[in-house]
Amino acid sequence: MKKIGRFFKGYVRESIAGPFFKLLEATFELLVPLVMASIIDKGIAEGDRPYVIWHGLLMIALGVIGFACTLSAQYFSAKAAVGFSSKLKESVFSHIQTLSFTELDEIGSSTLITRLTSDINQIQSGLNLTLRLFLRSPFIVFGAMIMAFTINVKEALIFAVTIPLLSVVVFGIMLITMPLYKKVQGKLDRVLLLTRENLDGARVLRAFNKEEDELAKFDSEHGELTRLQQFVGRISALMNPITYAIINLATLLLIRNGGNYVFNGEITQGELIALVNYMSQILIELIKLANLIITMTKSMACLNRVMAVLEIEPSMESGDRTFEETGEGNDTAVSFNDVSLRYRSAGAESLEHVSFEARKGETIGIIGGTGSGKTSLVNMIPRFYDATEGTVSVNGEDVRKLDLKELRKRIGIVLQRAVLFKGTIRDNLRWGKEDATEEEMEEALKTAQAYDFVMEKEKGLDTEITQGATNLSGGQRQRLTIARALIRKPEILILDDSASALDFATDARLREAIRNMPSGPTVFIVSQRTSSIAHADRIIVLDDGKVSGIGTHEELLRDNDVYQEIYYSQFPKEDMAYEG
Amino acid sequence: MKDKRTISRVLRYIKRYWVLIVCSIFFAAGTVALTLYVPVVTGDAVDLIVGKGNVDFTHLIKLLIRLVIVILVTSLMQWIMNSCNNRIVYNVVKDIRVDAFHKLGKLPFRYMDSRPHGEVVSRIIADVDQFSDGLIMGFTQFFTGAITILGTLAFMFSINFWIALVVVILTPLSLFIANFIAKRTYDLFREQSETRAEQTSLIDEMIGNQRVVKAYGREQDNVDRFNEINGRLEKTSLKATFFSSLVNPATRFVNSTIYAVVGIVGALTAITGGMSVGQLSSFLSYSSQYTKPFNEISGVITELQNALACAGRVFELIDEQEEVSDEDAPEVIEEFDGKVELNDVYFSYSEYKPLITGFDLKVEPGQRVAIVGPTGCGKTTLINLLMRFYDVNKGSISVSGKDIRDLKRKNLRSGYGMVLQDTWLQSGTVRENIRMGKPDATDEEIIEAAKAAHSHSFIMRLKDGYDTLIGEDGGNLSQGQKQLLCITRVMLCLPPMLILDEATSSIDTRTEIRIQKAFALMMKGRTSFIVAHRLSTIRSADVILVMKDGNIIEKGNHASLMAQGGFYSELYNSQFKQ
Repeated sequence: MKKIGRFFKGYVRESIAGPFFKLLEATFELLVPLVMASIIDKGIAEGDRPYVIWHGLLMIALGVIGFACTLSAQYFSAKAAVGFSSKLKESVFSHIQTLSFTELDEIGSSTLITRLTSDINQIQSGLNLTLRLFLRSPFIVFGAMIMAFTINVKEALIFAVTIPLLSVVVFGIMLITMPLYKKVQGKLDRVLLLTRENLDGARVLRAFNKEEDELAKFDSEHGELTRLQQFVGRISALMNPITYAIINLATLLLIRNGGNYVFNGEITQGELIALVNYMSQILIELIKLANLIITMTKSMACLNRVMAVLEIEPSMESGDRTFEETGEGNDTAVSFNDVSLRYRSAGAESLEHVSFEARKGETIGIIGGTGSGKTSLVNMIPRFYDATEGTVSVNGEDVRKLDLKELRKRIGIVLQRAVLFKGTIRDNLRWGKEDATEEEMEEALKTAQAYDFVMEKEKGLDTEITQGATNLSGGQRQRLTIARALIRKPEILILDDSASALDFATDARLREAIRNMPSGPTVFIVSQRTSSIAHADRIIVLDDGKVSGIGTHEELLRDNDVYQEIYYSQFPKEDMAYEG
Repeated sequence: MKDKRTISRVLRYIKRYWVLIVCSIFFAAGTVALTLYVPVVTGDAVDLIVGKGNVDFTHLIKLLIRLVIVILVTSLMQWIMNSCNNRIVYNVVKDIRVDAFHKLGKLPFRYMDSRPHGEVVSRIIADVDQFSDGLIMGFTQFFTGAITILGTLAFMFSINFWIALVVVILTPLSLFIANFIAKRTYDLFREQSETRAEQTSLIDEMIGNQRVVKAYGREQDNVDRFNEINGRLEKTSLKATFFSSLVNPATRFVNSTIYAVVGIVGALTAITGGMSVGQLSSFLSYSSQYTKPFNEISGVITELQNALACAGRVFELIDEQEEVSDEDAPEVIEEFDGKVELNDVYFSYSEYKPLITGFDLKVEPGQRVAIVGPTGCGKTTLINLLMRFYDVNKGSISVSGKDIRDLKRKNLRSGYGMVLQDTWLQSGTVRENIRMGKPDATDEEIIEAAKAAHSHSFIMRLKDGYDTLIGEDGGNLSQGQKQLLCITRVMLCLPPMLILDEATSSIDTRTEIRIQKAFALMMKGRTSFIVAHRLSTIRSADVILVMKDGNIIEKGNHASLMAQGGFYSELYNSQFKQ
């Protein structure tokens, strides 16, 4: 709760003023029946026309003041709610920016997105409604009862019985139906899944002639949904009739007993009408309150989810050593010293006791089967993950001691999934280097083998890339992401299987161009293709998280079983695989 | 015009439930009439309670007993009405959804491939839901609202003409104000949703790709961009929220003014004896009942319009042109001999961009046909045509000597086993997925197929082995594992002809080479079409088709193509280049 408090900062006045004006309005609303009663008892009974008119005008005046109060209340509530959620959103977004890969893996980006968008929207409208109604509705309900007590205690007792009874019905029905509605939603999700599957999997389903089976499945799933919907519908359909009956029967009792009291002179006719009026105000407010409570529980759940994100502590802290302090003279670019890595939620180690050294300007190839730990290995160089054992050093210094920002600035990593952002090609290249000049961009594009296709586009560098880069082919995307990494002239360049969509010829040209880069970076190439890494100064062969061998292509081909197997699976020894 | 057609369409769906509709209308009318009658009785009762020593108890009791009956009957009728409406709406929704889903099985791929699937799903799920909400509201509120207005008018005019007139003249005021505010807020809301969309897409993009953001150290830059949009959103959001929240208080204000005016005029009339106090109290309760449906109806109308638009979208899907019917297919193939022929085939996805032109190919039974070429050259298109996912524009394709357009699609497709690059699995257990092509397969057969496809060992390592639940689209499996399951699926049913479209692209080469052996076994004696980008996997094919821009530019076996020294040999040699 305390943590939530800070988002109210700057909106404390609004958060108090909102409900306050709302209560004021409710008070005026409660006075109306009393005024009406006096019109009947005094004005009509005594034939006093001015009295009637004055009191009528008083009612209108009460309405005007009430209206003004509501306007203020709505304004303050809206301001507090919008401000609160906006602040919350800002701090969640910037908090996410501080999280490390380990935390991001654990939560998953889709959850983070829903929490930032729909969850916070729900919180905003929930808070707005709460500020406006949470005090008002109970105030009117109990206010009406108290007013009734001021008129006549015995009549007021009917209120005291009716209110709990109505509450039981209203809240009871809601309590019963709420989980049922959740079930309905679950069933609806099933139906949605089936529909999606029949679109996404249309080729397979039709290839296996499954159309009729699927239709039967849909029919029965939706049948269940419909039955459940009707069942819930019947229960919630009880709400209106039952509350209607209770309120009207209570009114009837008021009149019946009221008859006696009026006969005995305990109350007047006008007061009886006022009592009837109070009774009719209760129901509306109780239903509003029940709806509000549903909204509030939903918003609270959303708020908890959002707060949970804020409570995640980033597990990685930046070191403070700069590269100047480590000395540029060191000849070793990257070294792994007995490094093991176990992901937080994983049962087994993804890398075990890896040791190697890469000198400046060297090209290191990394190869191995799916899941052998190739990506894990290169991800440790820019410190996306920390070693669970051993040390990873860059420029001779433990990466945990280095300034994280500076470390990453000196590394260009091209991830497996080629991600580009909405905006122009120029904007995207600037990700690599904020102040890149035109020449630098052209140079990077040329090295990445992307220059030709970019220039063929009508707008060249200013070509707009859509979200998800759907207007580019897979190969084009990969080449642009490579250009983005090259433009910062990194000291260490990591290509994580990032040329997989390129044909062999382009791949070869790319490697050639990188080798000839004047800045001479240390290059790590991860690939499944032996042809992509065969030329490397050294190749690290990974097998199931362990280093199976390190050496040149020729050495490994001679001595290393795993490498041989991979190589010959791609380049069969004169057709032995099929025709032998 | 279009709305009219949609309405008559909706009515046709509803017509099936006409008994329920008649019930609903009857009970709705009854409910409203009785609801309106209650204040009259209450007013009469109040009139019997005049003052001290002046209460007519005998009549009062009679009136109250009548009131009890009326209240109970009203409640009952209201419940029956609601239940009828529920039943109608949910059944209509189901009918429409089933029709729409039925359509999915018959839509041509041309439609599905050219449209985002999310959009089609949202027509069937979200649009139908929205339609049902609108229908429920329309049914219950529009109808009862209209009756309430007419009923209260009649009652009010019967009690006192002049006061009734005051109410009738004043009420449109609240409607007018509500409308005025709604129009003003519309622009604000649009602005808000535009800004919100901008923010959401930023969130989507940046949080979805947080890894890249971190790799490039763009965190602070992101926060700045986010805060800028957030600041704008806060401003528009405040305006939109505030102005839209004015509707309710404004109409309430008008209503309370009407209440006061009715009070004044009524009381003055009562002084002259024009009406009784009881009548005044029923009048007051009417005047609030009369204004309520007005406030609601404007909402109901937008809701109904929205519902119609949604229904229109669903109907559009239901009316979409279906695949050419194959009901009266004259030919049946009992045994596929594996012969496939393409004669002078022309095909393109769009009119203006011809893709495949004048394609000829003769495949003898048992031949292995490999297709290679750069991306976008039409390899996958060929498969679309073979499976008859698309029909050729010109020319013909025949299987076992019969034109495939003379066959039922089911018949044709049962002859093929297909493994696509795009691995797709259904939500369900591993076993169910493998069994897809052969529903009556025994467990032994399944395990045997899994062993042949090298998937048995990883399946056994899954939590519940063959009974492990696979999430939507294979969620918890790796791409390679999914591909292995797709291969197992075909291994199990082993149809006479095979199509392998980049079937092993996600599997590491060591596993692949083992599967290749299984494939080789599987392909023995079967006509097969293989698409691959790894040239090493297709060297042993009987026929290699080299495609470029929709045409076969070279054709032959590995040795002859290499000797030819054309595009194929260039492609092949490039993978060895250092």
